[in-house]
Amino acid sequence: MAGISRVKGVAVALAMDNIDTDQLIPARFMSAPRSAGYGGFLLHDLRRTDDGALDPAFPLNTPAADGAKILVAGRNFGSGSSREAAVYALVDAGIRAVVAESFGDIFRGNAVNNGLIPAEVERVAPLLGTLTTPGAATLDIATRSLTVGTVRTAFALSDVFAKKLRNGWDDIDLTLGRLDAIAAFRRARHEGARWAFPNHNESGPNAAQPEGHS
Amino acid sequence: MKTLFDKVWDAHVVAEREDGASLLWVDRHFVHEGSHHAFRKLADRGLPVAEPNLTFGVADHYVPTRGRGTLDLAGPVGRMVQGLSDNTKTHGIRCFGLDDPRQGIVHVVGPELGLTLPGLTVNCGDSHTSTHGAFGALAFGIGATEVAHVLATQAIWQSRPKTMRLTIEGQLAPHVTAKDVALTWIAKLGADGARGHAVEYAGSAIRALSMEGRLTLCNLSIEGGARCGMVAPDDTTFAYLAGRPFAPTGPDWDEALAHWRTLATDDGATFDREVTIDAAAIAPVVTWGTSPEDALPVTGHVPEAGGDGLADTLAYMGLSPGQPLTDIAIDQVFIGSCTNARLEDLRAAAKVLAGRRAKVPGLVSPGSTAVKRAAEAEGLDRIFVSAGLTWVDAGCSMCVGMNGDTVESGKRCASTTNRNFRGRQGKGARTHLMSPAMVAAAAVAGHLTDVAPYLEGRD
Repeated sequence: MAGISRVKGVAVALAMDNIDTDQLIPARFMSAPRSAGYGGFLLHDLRRTDDGALDPAFPLNTPAADGAKILVAGRNFGSGSSREAAVYALVDAGIRAVVAESFGDIFRGNAVNNGLIPAEVERVAPLLGTLTTPGAATLDIATRSLTVGTVRTAFALSDVFAKKLRNGWDDIDLTLGRLDAIAAFRRARHEGARWAFPNHNESGPNAAQPEGHS
Repeated sequence: MKTLFDKVWDAHVVAEREDGASLLWVDRHFVHEGSHHAFRKLADRGLPVAEPNLTFGVADHYVPTRGRGTLDLAGPVGRMVQGLSDNTKTHGIRCFGLDDPRQGIVHVVGPELGLTLPGLTVNCGDSHTSTHGAFGALAFGIGATEVAHVLATQAIWQSRPKTMRLTIEGQLAPHVTAKDVALTWIAKLGADGARGHAVEYAGSAIRALSMEGRLTLCNLSIEGGARCGMVAPDDTTFAYLAGRPFAPTGPDWDEALAHWRTLATDDGATFDREVTIDAAAIAPVVTWGTSPEDALPVTGHVPEAGGDGLADTLAYMGLSPGQPLTDIAIDQVFIGSCTNARLEDLRAAAKVLAGRRAKVPGLVSPGSTAVKRAAEAEGLDRIFVSAGLTWVDAGCSMCVGMNGDTVESGKRCASTTNRNFRGRQGKGARTHLMSPAMVAAAAVAGHLTDVAPYLEGRD
């Protein structure tokens, strides 16, 4: 994956708290393979009317939001399920950074794994105030700074995530270089805590015991 | 001086990077139908599964709860179930599939098979993996990229979360359950209140909870934003695990037990954050909005003033500001999910429903096939059916809206599940979260109600 250190483009405000992963992508779309493209699923039920047409009043659907790269939202963005599909929907729709007062922990990890920047700001209200209509913004990882119109603010992003985003690191590639350490750990664990390895000789095919019967 | 979390974390560190990230060994990895993205990533790289014997497949998210015998394996739902069978077979992973008597919801099956143990690390591509922390395991949900990583390496990179102790002291009032404890703390701290933290639940009210109650509590940790939830293992835990099919036996059991007894947080160990709640102050709770933090005692009223989103939330939910919560009429009920579909939960609901008729239709989906059999053995299914509810097979069912069980748009459901998000149970569905007994009482009343009068003379 290509590294990312700076995003410059149109920012769109979604002035809502708790935009959870079920909003980002409803469950019914998640059986699709990624190759099908997930962009069309993004915020599907919030941004579309019952007949599936884009609601022209929804901020992301306005002409000024065309090609948007940054979303600015309230508190607890991406809370809920671990579905990485929520990140696929954002990335496939062209979003490169989300700015919010807080993020669901799993979403944040998923975002970084897909090159999407989760930028945490202390107060989102001034940004939302500037973005009554979509506008130009710049976000820089090195300086942890975000400029929207005339408003400049700092954002938080851990060093671990910043480094990974900038280098475009893929964890599997990195970890495959450490297989010896993992193998050594496994040997030690197996010697020191054999109980931690499942007893695959469980007693018979119907051995499941319901809870409360122990 | 270490916390429970510290002890389990420290015992699993394979390597540490300069920037602070740790590579942790994963003792148990559960996959389900939704793990198809991760298997695809593995296939794209031509990588094998590193530890098939530490990996278990469970069919739960997409499985239908009715008509399994005639499921079209090429159809939209069947294809997903078949995909899990194929992927696990390819990699030599044991799978509890559609026809297996051990099938059920992964967070119910792992514990009941003795796969989940104190002191283990447990991962699954599902946010409610926090459930397994009830045993004193370090268990957390991960995304597809991380699932692929665990499949390929049996390890995972993590930044060490902060620690938080949530102490519930005292005795819970009658009919107040782990579900009420969870929704109460989430309402108090917010749906992101515990973000970035590993939560340990402590205090006399927690010690008094059954394993089922602890599982419900830890399950909902993620709804308060916690990375994971944990309860120190004790005699309740050990009694539950003894004799479970995959649990250690003989000398291994003795060694495990000796280790498990050392896991509790040391006296004097410190947490980054401490929160204490008086158990006696917790009431039976229901949610009124579209976030689990929107929870109030059932005797309360829909809020009249709130943040910017309140009007929008109430419009979606079809509620008016100031409306008594007990005035909210429901269209249907659902009893099920990884949160509240264990035998104890079904018994609690059946106790309310015995000899009564529900005023609304509803679905009862046990947490596992084993729970289903056990419930039937004690006649709970007949109580549900006599009350007018539908007794179906085990799976994620109406909690997740991806297997055919959904709530229709505009309909209102009293539900034992974990998320009242917009559209969670189906597009336009209105969800009210509460305990199994409270759902049963709502079914009988036809509206949200306090369960207490329905249990008079039944204790």
